[in-house]
Amino acid sequence: MMLAIAAREFKTLFLSPLAWTVLAVLQLILAYVFLTQVETFITLQPKLAGIENGPGLTDIVVPPLFGNAGIILLLVTPLLTMRLICEERRNKTLALLLSAPISSADIIIGKYLGLLGLLLLAVVLVTLMPLSLLTGGVLDFGKLFANLLALALLVSAFTSTGLYMSCVASHPVIAAMGTFGLLLLLWILDWTTGIKTQRSELFEYLSILRHFQNLQSGLISSVDVLYFVLFISGFLLLSIRRLNNDRLQK
Amino acid sequence: MRLLIEAKHLYRYYGKQCAVNDVSFTLEKGQVLGFLGANGAGKTTTMQLLCGNLAPSAGQIKINGFDLLAQPKQAKQHLGYLPDTPPLYRDLTVKEFLRYCGQLHGIPNNSLPQAIAYAVARCGLNDVTNRLIAHLSKGFQQRIGIAQAILHNPELIVLDEPTVGLDPLQIREIRTLIRELGQDHGVILSTHILSEVQESCSHVQIIHQGQLILTESVAGLNKVMDTGVLQITTRLAPDIQQLLAISGISAIETLSENQIKIHHSLTDNPIQQITETIIAAGWELQELSPVKKSMEDIFIALTQDNEL
Repeated sequence: MMLAIAAREFKTLFLSPLAWTVLAVLQLILAYVFLTQVETFITLQPKLAGIENGPGLTDIVVPPLFGNAGIILLLVTPLLTMRLICEERRNKTLALLLSAPISSADIIIGKYLGLLGLLLLAVVLVTLMPLSLLTGGVLDFGKLFANLLALALLVSAFTSTGLYMSCVASHPVIAAMGTFGLLLLLWILDWTTGIKTQRSELFEYLSILRHFQNLQSGLISSVDVLYFVLFISGFLLLSIRRLNNDRLQK
Repeated sequence: MRLLIEAKHLYRYYGKQCAVNDVSFTLEKGQVLGFLGANGAGKTTTMQLLCGNLAPSAGQIKINGFDLLAQPKQAKQHLGYLPDTPPLYRDLTVKEFLRYCGQLHGIPNNSLPQAIAYAVARCGLNDVTNRLIAHLSKGFQQRIGIAQAILHNPELIVLDEPTVGLDPLQIREIRTLIRELGQDHGVILSTHILSEVQESCSHVQIIHQGQLILTESVAGLNKVMDTGVLQITTRLAPDIQQLLAISGISAIETLSENQIKIHHSLTDNPIQQITETIIAAGWELQELSPVKKSMEDIFIALTQDNEL
């Protein structure tokens, strides 16, 4: 039943131009970034050849591409997540789910997986770009995989935040604004770390960007993966609680 | 006999306001229970409590023997619910929507087409199965809502104002459908229209300011409604106090200077005395006509009974 909700959520996204537009815009912008990076590599190639242990094709192309994808998804995800629960509540269709023999957890996780499906599809489409380089070059697959994992975990975290905001907010736009604000705050939280005297370990740990970049560098450490797992499950649990609370007070 | 609904001492507060106050009732299979009440009396809140959309502040609800709080999945399995606004996804076709509802209620994939065909036929949706819900009229949307509630063949069907927004012909069809459903299911139906209860229900409950003030069979209701209304027009203004003194009159409303409405008892019918008083006082009777019974009269009859 959880899967039925996920499948419907995923299909509905494609019934409107929304999903198509998001995928198209994302692909267009990232293709531009990708081509610029390839161009950079070609200009730098003679110099790089001289450096021992210098950065290769994957190092020049992949991290900037995935980093930019992360920033664009930071902007896009709130727009996709805002209507998840909020709109059901406004259209009074939530009653259908609440009176069906399914738990709140089924509803939340179903909705989550449905939307995550679209975003992971976007991540796969992004990954196809560096893979196309295989026609004329060699890639560091370990590093590519690390980037793929980092971006997948990042969008999963974005989606869980958006879902929670959609449970809390009374209007989709408020949900989108809240999600965007919270994610941006967590994104820039470690900007203070540049200044040695003002270093805060707590902020450093909380910052999404830091964990994302750690993974991007090719170092898959359990600390960073665990951060994302905790982040995602935390917001999913909060969402389930929030939906349960709907029954208690209105 | 197994009780489909067993509601015990339900309370529901919105902040300090008490929307449902100590409501208890039961429902058996084969009964069609009409839940009658004015706007804001607590009908919809009670329906939401029964269907698990709202948690009661206090009290217990058992559906087909399963406690709604302790075993929500089993309890909801036996429940079909049409809220006051039909919960429809406007960007799906009727068939897609019903399919989704079926999946939510755990109907296995191989028996799904059969269940959909049954619900579609029952609610007269055959011509529109492949159309988008957004493009259908309010009447059809209401019927899709009912189809959704009976799709998984639940033992208990809860319909919140099912005939709102329908034309008279559709209302008649829906009432027939409800009577048919009542034969092998238990049905609860909320409404503020008295005739709807008299036509399609076997039992009636009246809720007023969150409290149940009457639980009766429809035959019993007619007995309880021991009240009639007369509209009287005189040429000169009548003296209300003098009229109130007549035994059998429960209330008098002044419509205008020369026009009044008298609520009176039917068993102790005071018409004779009223006319005699008016003629004797010389107010010149111009019109005296009985008014058809309405919800208001029942309320007046019932609330006054309670006060005594």
